[in-house]
Amino acid sequence: MNGRGQIILGIVIVAAALAAPLVFPAFRAQIAMLWIMVLFALTWDILGGQTGYNTFGNIIFFGTGMYAAAVFQRDGGFDYFPGLFIGMGLGAVISVVLAAVLGSMILRMRGHYFAIATLGLGIAAGEIASGWNFIGAGSGMSPPLFPGAPGVSYIFFGYLFFGLALITFLILAWVYRTRFGLALNAIRDNEDKAEAMGLKTDTYKIAAWMLAALFLGLCGGAAGNMLGFIDPRDTAFAGATFGVWMVLMAILGGKGTLWGPVLGAFVFHVTQEILWTHLLGWQRVALGLIIVGIVVFFPQGILGWARTRWPERFGHRVETP
Amino acid sequence: MTEQLVITGVSKRFGGIVANESISLSVPQGSITGMIGPNGSGKTTLFNSIVGHHPVDGGSITFEGREITRLRVPQIARLGMIRTFQQTRIFGKMTCMQNMAISDADHGYGLAALLKPISGETRDRSEALLDFCGLHSKRHLLAGDLSFGQQKLLEFAMALMIRPRMLLLDEPTAGINPTLINGLIERLIRVNQDLGITLFVIEHNMRVIMNLAENIHCLAYGKLLASGTPDDIRNDERVIDAYLGGH
Repeated sequence: MNGRGQIILGIVIVAAALAAPLVFPAFRAQIAMLWIMVLFALTWDILGGQTGYNTFGNIIFFGTGMYAAAVFQRDGGFDYFPGLFIGMGLGAVISVVLAAVLGSMILRMRGHYFAIATLGLGIAAGEIASGWNFIGAGSGMSPPLFPGAPGVSYIFFGYLFFGLALITFLILAWVYRTRFGLALNAIRDNEDKAEAMGLKTDTYKIAAWMLAALFLGLCGGAAGNMLGFIDPRDTAFAGATFGVWMVLMAILGGKGTLWGPVLGAFVFHVTQEILWTHLLGWQRVALGLIIVGIVVFFPQGILGWARTRWPERFGHRVETP
Repeated sequence: MTEQLVITGVSKRFGGIVANESISLSVPQGSITGMIGPNGSGKTTLFNSIVGHHPVDGGSITFEGREITRLRVPQIARLGMIRTFQQTRIFGKMTCMQNMAISDADHGYGLAALLKPISGETRDRSEALLDFCGLHSKRHLLAGDLSFGQQKLLEFAMALMIRPRMLLLDEPTAGINPTLINGLIERLIRVNQDLGITLFVIEHNMRVIMNLAENIHCLAYGKLLASGTPDDIRNDERVIDAYLGGH
C-alpha cells in the first residue's frame, strides 16, 4: 500500500471511530474494548513482531498501570479526572522503569528461553498482586466511580482509548521508519549479524520493551477505571486471556507490520464478540479452534500472506532499466 | 608497512580440543593477506577470536596499536574491523536498501542518532554500493529472496557501507558460480586499492588466494604452519604435505 492509500485509509478509520459510539450506542463498551485490543496488539508487536522476541509477559505492564492508577486515585486525594490522568502517568512511569529493570535481566536470553521467562514473570506478577494487602490482595481493588450518568463513562473511555491507540499508532509509524525500526528488524532477522555490524542490540531491545510498557501502562490505568473492578488474575495480570490474545491478534493480522496488529485486533475482537453472542458456553472451544486455524493456515498473518502473494504491491520488485 | 592487526600467542580450546595453539601473525596496513589451511585447522576460530566472538584462552590481539583482546563483537566492529560469515548472514526479511541503511555507521549507534529517518545521503551511498556490487536493480527485493551468490555480494556491500578499515572475509567465494567469482575478485582488489581497506581473507580456492593475496598464512591442526608470499607457500614442503598435496 502506498503512502497516499494509507493516509486515506487512516482518515476513514478515524472518522468511523469518532462516529461509532454515537451511531451504535448499544455497542459502546465493545467499541472501547476494541481500542484496548488494538493497543494490546500494537504494543506486543514492537518486541514480538518487529524485534522477533516473543513475549508472554507484556501483560505485567498493563496490570502495573492498572494498580498504580487505582492506588494513586485512592491515596492521592485528587478529584476524579486529575487523579485519573496523574495516576495513568504514574502507572506508565512505573511500567517503563519495570521494563528497563526486567529487560536488562532477561532480554539477553534468546528465543524460547526468553518467551518462557516472560511467561513466568506474568504468572509471578499475578501471584504477588493477589497476596499483597496494600493493593487489596485476592479480593482486588475498585477504582473510584466515574462521575457522570451511567453509560457516559463508556463514551469517555471509548474516545480516551481511541486517542491513545491513535497516538501509539502514529508514534510507531514514525519509529518504524527510522533506523531504530530497522535495527529492531535486523535483530529479528539475525542478531549475531546485527552485533557483528556494531549495533548495540541489548540497548535497542530494552528501549523497545520500554516503549511497549509506556503505552500499556497508560492503557492499564484507564482500563481499570472503565472496568470498575480490578482482579489480580482475571483483569490486571490476565495472562491466559489478554496476555495470549495480544500475541494472537498480532499474529493474525501479520506480525512485524504496522497495520497487521490493527487488522488482527479488529478481526479477532469482532469474531470473539460474535462467538460470545451465538455460542455461549462453547465460545472458548470455538476460540481454541480459531487459534489452531490461524497458526496452521495463516502462520504469517493476513498481511504476511498478502505480502507473499502480491510482493509487487508491497514494493518488492526488480527494476528494469 | 605498519602492522594493522597483530596477533601474539593466541590460544583457544573447546573442552579438550585445541582449536588454536599459540598463533602469532600480523596483517600489514593496506595489504591483502590470505589464510589457508585444511578443514578444521582453526581458521574460522581464529577469526572468531579476533572479532571478540568468544574469549581467548591466552595471548593478545591488537588492532591499530589498540589492545582488543577482551573487547566484544560490537565494540570491535565500531573500531572499524568488520567480518563477513562463511554461511552468509544478511537480514532476510528486509529489503536490500534496508540492509544497507542499517549498516550505515556514519551517524553513530546511540538511540538518539537512530531515531531519525534515513537520510538522503545514506540512500545515495546505499545505491552506489549496491550498484558497485551489481545489485542495483534488485534493491527493493527482500534480501532473503536473493540467490546465495547475490546474498554474498550484499553482505560485502553492507560491510563496505560501514566504511571499515579492515575486512575479515570468511571464504568469500565459497558456493558461488565461477562467473561471479571473477567479478568478486575484481571488486575485492578495487576495494583494497581505491578505498585502502585492508583485507584478511580465508579462502580454499587456491587460484583465487594465490592471485589475490600478497602474503599468506597457512594453519594446520590449530598451529601456524608457514607464512610468506604465495610463491613461498606454494613451494613450502610442510604446506604441501599438510594441505596442497604432494603431486
